[in-house]
Amino acid sequence: MSSVRLLVGTKKGAFVLTADGTRKDWKISGPHFAGWELYHLKGSPADPNRLYASQSSSWFGQQIQRSDDGGLTWNPVDNKFAYDGTPGTHQWYDGTAHPWEFKRVWHLEPSLTDPDTCYAGVEDAALFRTTDAGQSWHELPGLRTSATGPNWQPGAGGLCLHTIILDKTNPERMVIAISAAGAFRTDDAAKTWRPINKGLYSKYIPNPTAEVGHCVHHVAMHPDKPQTLFMQKHWDVMRSDNAGDQWTKISGNLPTDFGFVIDIHAHQPETVYVVPIKSDAEHFPLDGELKVYRSKAGGNEWEPLTKGLPQKDCYVNVLRDAMSVDQLDDCGIYFGTTGGQVYCSPDGGDSWSAITQNLPAVLSVEAQTLP
Amino acid sequence: MPAVRVDLPVPLRRLASIPGHEVTFDLGASVTLESVIRELEARYPALRGAILDHHTQQRRPFLRFFALNEDISLLPLDALLPAAVADGSEPLLIIAGIAGG
Repeated sequence: MSSVRLLVGTKKGAFVLTADGTRKDWKISGPHFAGWELYHLKGSPADPNRLYASQSSSWFGQQIQRSDDGGLTWNPVDNKFAYDGTPGTHQWYDGTAHPWEFKRVWHLEPSLTDPDTCYAGVEDAALFRTTDAGQSWHELPGLRTSATGPNWQPGAGGLCLHTIILDKTNPERMVIAISAAGAFRTDDAAKTWRPINKGLYSKYIPNPTAEVGHCVHHVAMHPDKPQTLFMQKHWDVMRSDNAGDQWTKISGNLPTDFGFVIDIHAHQPETVYVVPIKSDAEHFPLDGELKVYRSKAGGNEWEPLTKGLPQKDCYVNVLRDAMSVDQLDDCGIYFGTTGGQVYCSPDGGDSWSAITQNLPAVLSVEAQTLP
Repeated sequence: MPAVRVDLPVPLRRLASIPGHEVTFDLGASVTLESVIRELEARYPALRGAILDHHTQQRRPFLRFFALNEDISLLPLDALLPAAVADGSEPLLIIAGIAGG
């Protein structure tokens, strides 16, 4: 029987949660790297036991950990993320020029085919890659040095590259997202990039339809339908059916379209999940009721999913990398909260239960489906 | 040759899999903060970038260096350390600042 492994990054360490295919009884190991912030952990699709983890701390800086045995043991690998050449400046919050400064790795995206290759999205925004299993990291500078780079401005969480999407049908294509610059795409294996933000409208910036400057919170793509992208923007849920060339708003009947996470059912490319959050000033669910919203129509028509989720006095947040899906026949949906709960739905969102209630604030959740 | 003694904070000892609380090694006669840290980094590569920032090569802001009950954090990295530290009769303390979060 297949099993599921969840890689959970928190404010104070990493946890590995495992269960068989019923997803009822979970074992929890951790904390790994106790006391450190684990922004993201992810396993290689080509070798599920090869894991990469981003470990950071205000005291001791950035570390990258690698496991070759599914998280039983870990070893630190190279942690030097040096920008290519003289990095120049981007815009600071007040519009003044600010030097590019490395702060941390937000997201790790292992190659679809090579366990030794992994991409890293960092703050201040740039894309790095290792091809030797983390022994060295090198910037792919075409993104940061593209024409709009000097105009990028940080969001409240910093100028972070937080989303990296690889396309199994086109190894030359990659989509990334940066807060608060927007989404970008390469069609030539990261040599050149262009903004893909047409159709986005952000009323909080001087030009609401600017080429860059949009606070994209997360983007999701179903691997079997790579032309279609779903986006949770600061406000607005969006979709594109031409790989980001044009976006359309699909917030529909959502009670609020602010939020961070967005993900897609493993076997239904038009079934999408979001967790609406009240507002950018109040990062908690509307009316203290934690609800996942599901659209089976690719947006616009949304249904609240509440069975098993707290429907009173709930004031947690669900951060951008804290939702994931497994690949089992009855697709499992998972998300973690800033209150330390990790929820599981083994039936595509119809019902939920807490795997664990008392972890540190959850920063990221990644599901692995194991044979 | 007496050995330099370096006392490291728990997170760095765990990161580098260092048993005990003190690391000792010989550095010869001219012992500076920089020579101590470079030796630590050579012996324990996981410490690279964790004491001195990779990019600025300066002490990380939340770390302090103490010796002989003195805060020597602002000492130039290439300044000679006190003889008592160089000969190992007193340890060099690397302290992680107490800060919230």
